Amino acid sequence: MLKIEALSKSYTAGIPALDNVSFEVAEPQVVAIIGPSGAGKSTLIRCINRLVEPSSGSAILNGENVTTLNSAGLRKARRRMGMIFQEYNLVERLTVMENVLSGRLGYVSFWRAWRRNYPAEDISHAFNLLERVGLTGFQDQRADALSGGQRQRVGIARALMQKPDLLLVDEPTASLDPKTSRQVMRILVELAHELNTPTLLNIHDVPLAKSFADRVLGMQDGKLIFDGTPDELTEDALTFIYGEEDWSPEATAGSPEPEEGISSPEKATAV
Amino acid sequence: MIENPLLRHGLLVLAVMYLAWSLGSLEIDWGRTAQGADRAGRIFSRMFPPDFSRWSLLLKGVTESVEMALAASFIGMILAIPLGLCAASNIAPKPVYLVARGILVLTRTFHEVIIAILFVKIFGFGPLAGVLTLVVASISFIGKMLAEDIENMGNRQMEAIRATGASFPKVLIYGVMPQILPRYLGVSIYRLDANIRHSTVVGIVGAGGIGQTLSASFSRYDYDFSLAILLTIIGLVFLGEFFSNWVRGRLR
Repeated sequence: MLKIEALSKSYTAGIPALDNVSFEVAEPQVVAIIGPSGAGKSTLIRCINRLVEPSSGSAILNGENVTTLNSAGLRKARRRMGMIFQEYNLVERLTVMENVLSGRLGYVSFWRAWRRNYPAEDISHAFNLLERVGLTGFQDQRADALSGGQRQRVGIARALMQKPDLLLVDEPTASLDPKTSRQVMRILVELAHELNTPTLLNIHDVPLAKSFADRVLGMQDGKLIFDGTPDELTEDALTFIYGEEDWSPEATAGSPEPEEGISSPEKATAV
Repeated sequence: MIENPLLRHGLLVLAVMYLAWSLGSLEIDWGRTAQGADRAGRIFSRMFPPDFSRWSLLLKGVTESVEMALAASFIGMILAIPLGLCAASNIAPKPVYLVARGILVLTRTFHEVIIAILFVKIFGFGPLAGVLTLVVASISFIGKMLAEDIENMGNRQMEAIRATGASFPKVLIYGVMPQILPRYLGVSIYRLDANIRHSTVVGIVGAGGIGQTLSASFSRYDYDFSLAILLTIIGLVFLGEFFSNWVRGRLR
């Protein structure tokens, strides 16, 4: 379904933000990407729909190499990739319904988009999605009147409005409180499974990743260094991805940092 | 502000010396200044009472000024959109951006009166020159504000619309327009108010409107009529300002 081959990106020459990343998503599964800040998770996701232009390598969606497409081809490919953002990125002055329908902008003509004249089936699809994300009755509210959790649910509906072959999700819960985070993740993962949509999900919250993902990728310094099931994401694996730390839930929050250079000199530098 | 005390005091002394020298070199003739005060007294006394008897001439001038301001604001508002879009670095390609910024700088370099003199030379006396002058000024003003608003708006909403596979025009109407529309309308209304004021000025160089009536009354020494015109201009500007504030208040 999705095949990433040797994908690399350098914002400044010689310093790779994304370094030769390859993996394949062969079935509709929810793949969480974890790793420390600056590991290149966001760059990876944006290189797939080319909101960030990759320096080399390719991203192949259902047999089509997205990285070599011209701009018209890229727009067509983007229609098949729904994206969900950390800051929701809703058009704040538009209504919930207009935001959800904007997921169809790749399909409707300019004049229909301008006059908000969407096909009837799009509108009924939008109402269905709003119901699924628990926002029935919110269609006429302005997006900037909603709470964070509600906005992210509109974001999910907008992405699914595209009927995508792939969901790209960038830190969907980083701006939300723990309870809302779990609710949003539950809705997202439920719908992804139900619609058989493979999902790439950046997330820094490891417990959330473990409880909701089918598969976990670990990144560090732009490289892919872990690929396994949530069960395989042991404390050793976390140490390998993030560097030395006491991961047990029993460990007190204020426990002293292990001294660098004593416990594991080669990994301490990775933080 | 300046760390080095020697440099700071030195610059201050230099500035004071230059001011003294330039005042001296202006050759202000105090005798003439005194005569001017005398003449001002005579002019002001002849201004009273203001003469509103030629109200039809007055009304014609005011109507022309308002029409000039309205037409110029509307045309300027429309033409400012493409220029503003091209002058926003976050959506326009670099060469387009540079050309558009160049046009903005060039049109803002010259005061309305200078542009009006040029247009009067080209198109002759009358409101056409005035309207064109105000159009240029409006495009440049609204265009610059628009470009700056686009550059300062969040790119996140635009990014999300791009990610849906929307083409550039659709990114503009969904990702850009909703963010800048209220400010754009506010700036345009403000410009209408400014154009009413400027339309009285450009008239003085012959570009039509109430300003031209005022200029003519001065050259014919009809000072009582001049005062009537000035009072009318004050009323007009006051109304324009009131209207502009009222509309912009409602836009928020």
